[in-house]
Amino acid sequence: MSIKVRYFASLKESIGRSEDNLEFSGLTTVADVWRSANPNKTLPDNILTAVNMDYVELNSAVKDGDEVAFFPPVTGG
Amino acid sequence: MEIKIYAESFDPLKEVQVYQSSAKDMAGKFGATNIFIGTMRDFNEGDDITGMTLEYYPGMTEKQLEKIVAEALRQWPVIDALVVHRVGDILPNEPIVLVAVWTSHRGDAFDASRYIMEALKSRAPFWKKELLKSQAERWLLKNTDGYL
Repeated sequence: MSIKVRYFASLKESIGRSEDNLEFSGLTTVADVWRSANPNKTLPDNILTAVNMDYVELNSAVKDGDEVAFFPPVTGG
Repeated sequence: MEIKIYAESFDPLKEVQVYQSSAKDMAGKFGATNIFIGTMRDFNEGDDITGMTLEYYPGMTEKQLEKIVAEALRQWPVIDALVVHRVGDILPNEPIVLVAVWTSHRGDAFDASRYIMEALKSRAPFWKKELLKSQAERWLLKNTDGYL
């Protein structure tokens, strides 16, 4: 299955790219997506995660065609 | 209800005036309008700030703002609401955010707009990067809780 991964703000700068397109087989979670996309970098504790533009937990499942996003705490307003 | 994201500077009071005058079905129904405007300062954490870049997540930002406003509409008898937020490069003294809420009575207008604003600060995907007078750049790490 195909998963689009997106990164924003300081996290995007620290890993040096704004998105990945990954292929998985079998059941996958948001945490699995991070580990596959960034095998040498531990996910920072404060990072927020979303699937298809809704906030989710790291153990949430992802499915084919999902867009998974990782980003730091929000600072708008 | 309307959510707007602007990449250019905007006039918040004009936004309220235009929105209110175009919402004909609201005329005569509202007795209270609460308007919150957030404006960029030229100082933060002891440093002079000369500019700021606001990044956002197109699609998710609007989706989360719509959810937040919908939550407010479920909790208070809100007649209408308008949320406007800047993105891109911003200068001190330019407005960043507008939350306007129309209700029959003032208490609901205050409470609903406060709810929207605090939820926006903690859940709407925007990120600020400040440009200091020294030319250094820094990302803001987190928003403070407005109730503390």
